[in-house]
Amino acid sequence: MLYLSLFISFFKIGLFGFGGGLAILSLIQMEVEQHGWMSRQEFVDIVAVSQVTPGPIGINCATYVGYTVGGFWGSLLATFAIVLPSLMIMLSICKAYFWLGKRFRGNPYFEETLRMLRFTVLGLIASAALLLMKPETFIDAYSWVIFGAVCFFTVLPQIHKNKVTEFLSHPILLIVLAGAAGFLIYR
Amino acid sequence: MFFQLFWTYLKIGTFTLGGGYAMLPLIQREVVDRRGWIDEEEFLNMIALAQAAPGLIAVNSAIFIGWRIGGWRGVCGAVLGAVLPSFLIILAIAMVFSEWKELPAVEAAFKGIRPAVVALIAAPLVKMAKSALKIKNSKLKIQNYLPLLVSLAAALLIWLGGVNPVWVILATIVITLCSIYLSLYHSSK
Repeated sequence: MLYLSLFISFFKIGLFGFGGGLAILSLIQMEVEQHGWMSRQEFVDIVAVSQVTPGPIGINCATYVGYTVGGFWGSLLATFAIVLPSLMIMLSICKAYFWLGKRFRGNPYFEETLRMLRFTVLGLIASAALLLMKPETFIDAYSWVIFGAVCFFTVLPQIHKNKVTEFLSHPILLIVLAGAAGFLIYR
Repeated sequence: MFFQLFWTYLKIGTFTLGGGYAMLPLIQREVVDRRGWIDEEEFLNMIALAQAAPGLIAVNSAIFIGWRIGGWRGVCGAVLGAVLPSFLIILAIAMVFSEWKELPAVEAAFKGIRPAVVALIAAPLVKMAKSALKIKNSKLKIQNYLPLLVSLAAALLIWLGGVNPVWVILATIVITLCSIYLSLYHSSK
């Protein structure tokens, strides 16, 4: 029963996961919360590990959530279930693409739906961040300082682009620095 | 072909940090420049399709290139190569981490990391909004920012309304298709 709901959840996530890894996080989070599979803290820790390990964030996160919920078979099932809709849809798109050529581009239904989905995805990502801003993750004033600093360094290359700001905006560096800060503050 | 695609994607999957988008330049170098499996233009079409389809961009691109070059076997090879490194690395970490988690030093570090993770989810929104709005120079016209109301509505529905994101995505698709149909129907009359 657990494996069945794990499979259905991650199949749904793969099927409706438009807009890449970050948007998919909001779908994973919703499933995790609705099933009560883990605490918000545990979920954020999984996202942190997913961001600093190689490979697509969505696969990392699915494997880890699957492992936490159902051990080895859980992780295998979640990873398979998130890839399965991609396989079905992308293969039909591939066949249509080689058959239709490039006629799908410029089609108003196709183009406009994609454009609007991009804005919905922005909202999805924003809601994922807002849902994670809870007392479990933001325990005191230091948390907000770390949050502000990481936001600042991530956005900095947009304002002033050079090698130094590019380097400082790297997510892995920022997570490592935040971990070091946490060690110094809370140990 | 199975092994060539498997090996190529295995290399890319093992050595890219930072998710699907970071993989694209590496895929381009391997598949277009070094092996010459597809040309530049087809690669760009591939990215457009991989982003349009649901699912992970890295996996979608592996499916397209695998199919294009090696049919069914190609797809199996490329997808396994793209997923396997992530799967094995995370599995190893998950097994070890459940024991380390109790250590006070690790717990302290994660107290610092958690707000950083939330920031790393929120901060890229600025760049994504800019590219979705296609703002080139700093023209400040209100109507250019109107589509952000869709984003705001989606965020509020999920955050405060507790609506599942799946419904928000489905609603976006249905409403957009209906409104285009109506506007095309009106202009044809």
